[in-house]
Amino acid sequence: MFDEINVKEKGEIMSKEELLAGMAKAVIEGNKEEAVALAKEAIAEKMDLNEVIEKGYVPGIQVAGKLWEEGEYFLPELVTSAECMKAAMGALRPELEKAHIDVKSAGKIVIGTIEGDIHDIGKNLVASILSANGFDVVDLGADVKLEKFIEKAEEEKVDLICLSALLTTTMIGQRKLIEMLKARNFLGRFAVMVGGAPVSQKWADDIGADGYAENALTAVQAAKNLLKKMKKG
Amino acid sequence: MIPTLRPKFELLSKDLIRKIYEEALVILEKQGIFVENKEALNLLRAAGMRVDESTRRIFLTQSLVEDSLSFTPSVVKLYDRTGEKEFTVGEDEIHFDPGSAAVTILDHKTKQQRKAVTEDVLKFVRLTDCLEHIHFQSTGLISSDVPDVIADSYRLYLGLAYSSKPIVTGTFRIEGFRPMHDMLVAVRGSEKELAQKPLAIFDACPSPPLKWSNLTTQSLIDCARAGIPSELISMGMTGATSPVTIAGTLVQHVAENLCGLVICQLAGKGSPVIFGGSPSSFDLRKGTTPMGAIETMMIDSAYAQIAKHLNLPTHAYMGLSDAKTNDNQAGLETGIGAILAAISGINVISGPGMMDFESCQSLEKLVIDNEICGMAYRLIEGISQRSDPIAADLFEGFSADTQFLSMPHTRKWYRLEHTFPKVLDRDTYDYWTSLGGKSAADRAFEEVKKLMDENPPSLLKKEKMDELAKVMLADARRNGLSSLPEIKNLC
Repeated sequence: MFDEINVKEKGEIMSKEELLAGMAKAVIEGNKEEAVALAKEAIAEKMDLNEVIEKGYVPGIQVAGKLWEEGEYFLPELVTSAECMKAAMGALRPELEKAHIDVKSAGKIVIGTIEGDIHDIGKNLVASILSANGFDVVDLGADVKLEKFIEKAEEEKVDLICLSALLTTTMIGQRKLIEMLKARNFLGRFAVMVGGAPVSQKWADDIGADGYAENALTAVQAAKNLLKKMKKG
Repeated sequence: MIPTLRPKFELLSKDLIRKIYEEALVILEKQGIFVENKEALNLLRAAGMRVDESTRRIFLTQSLVEDSLSFTPSVVKLYDRTGEKEFTVGEDEIHFDPGSAAVTILDHKTKQQRKAVTEDVLKFVRLTDCLEHIHFQSTGLISSDVPDVIADSYRLYLGLAYSSKPIVTGTFRIEGFRPMHDMLVAVRGSEKELAQKPLAIFDACPSPPLKWSNLTTQSLIDCARAGIPSELISMGMTGATSPVTIAGTLVQHVAENLCGLVICQLAGKGSPVIFGGSPSSFDLRKGTTPMGAIETMMIDSAYAQIAKHLNLPTHAYMGLSDAKTNDNQAGLETGIGAILAAISGINVISGPGMMDFESCQSLEKLVIDNEICGMAYRLIEGISQRSDPIAADLFEGFSADTQFLSMPHTRKWYRLEHTFPKVLDRDTYDYWTSLGGKSAADRAFEEVKKLMDENPPSLLKKEKMDELAKVMLADARRNGLSSLPEIKNLC
């Protein structure tokens, strides 16, 4: 009982800076309950929610990514941080919508593993890291028909289609999809990024994909670069 | 004579085996498992199992699992292409076959991986055919010069046409079963003879966690009806697609494979099933699936122990490496895996030749690994009492000049007691230097060439070859390919 009261009182006297630092810390440490609790507190305190996202949670996921690159964090820590980020955003979303605040999306992405392929651990990882880094991600899951990628891309007006394949037999679907886009004059409207165990930069170049990423974190950078290029173009 | 002890490796206590098995049953009964195949769902429904229609999740009762186990043969017999040579897959018999379905081949000269074409696959098939300690052929390489859609049937075609060994294979598409089955029938003579004398094993992988896809479930059903042994390849990745603890992954592994086994028995009571797998200790730093990790081998050895406890034939992906070149890592991971698999008594051991997370095959590695397999076979023969007395009589009247080189006892036993590798180096330093100071991989490269030159291809008889080619060509034509790659330079 005492502890609860103490925490509450502490919360009340927390400065804005302390709250923002607490949000980052919750994401870095993978503490989902804390990340969500602080999001609710920010709403109650009527804080500037854009600032909450940009200065609270985003720095957290950036630090987690850096720790992963440095070899300090392994995948379980990285994915947990990404899920904290997602949970916090989920808690903020109703309020953001109510206040008609447009969260700056890094871009909209449709992602999935190609038909015939049921492996989606790598794709899930990429989806969750992209989403944690501010992308609006529509995840179609595994074993997805090529037609469905295009359908969803049109419907959701995405910027980027991300195709994952673990098998060489489904990798060929990446080429097919690009051909389908070409045939429908959709090239340029959606950028295409490919990945998966058998996929390489050379393969991506061969089939005319716009981007390729070796792992989830390089996928974030690759997606950002692609979208920047698209906007310029 | 005192009976020879067969060396055995066991990782699990009886109590832990029971606990893992019981938890697997609880999962199947209470949580259920996804089966994405209508025919299988109908079979399961007909057996009285509860199906959640919206999620296609099926709940398996303990009694159905136990009934299915009681129908499953504890030993599978495989036969070579002639139908004369019989191989027992069961008990503690072990058989190595090359790791299956690699997409690239390691080019010895350039040290680079490249896509394999028909010529590479042929060389691989022929090499496997003449390596003594590799008992089974596998469709180990995928040919990139035919369209992907017929990749499954084409690799089987080459394996059947140019090797006499039984073959481990599998389908990549539902339609792939028919032509592959017809090819086996073409070689065997009739459907009945194929069912009586199986020539091939078909691998079928559930999708972790707890899912049997439409394709792999159909393969189970089709194989059960044709009398073709199915090898169940559960493949959890610790901490990613299965629980992070080894025991936790074993629970999931057993649950997935048991579901496959039930489907096989419902499709064909008494159909042959091999309890296998390709799980891995997922590297949570790199996001990769190291097959050479000691924990991967521990999972393999342990599920095989559980399968033996259930009286089932076993399989594992062991005796392979994640190295990208034929270096120390390639040898040590392969060596440890092959030896552990052998002393675990795993019946089908798929691995030799394979590297880079099951994606690459190397002819040179296959030759080196053949010698590792030879060592494994020697090890499990154990230490025998060859004579009585063992040696006391050899010392009668011994003197300072006594030596054993010319003793009849030596001549009688040395070839049985000791093995003599061809590629592994046992030369003196000076002699080794005089031969050019070559690495094991360099010597293996020469051995590949020598074996190819000395052993003419083991061709199928003309009439059967024509029949086989007819089935293959029909499959190719159905899929828009008018002809198959030309096969030249056979000798």
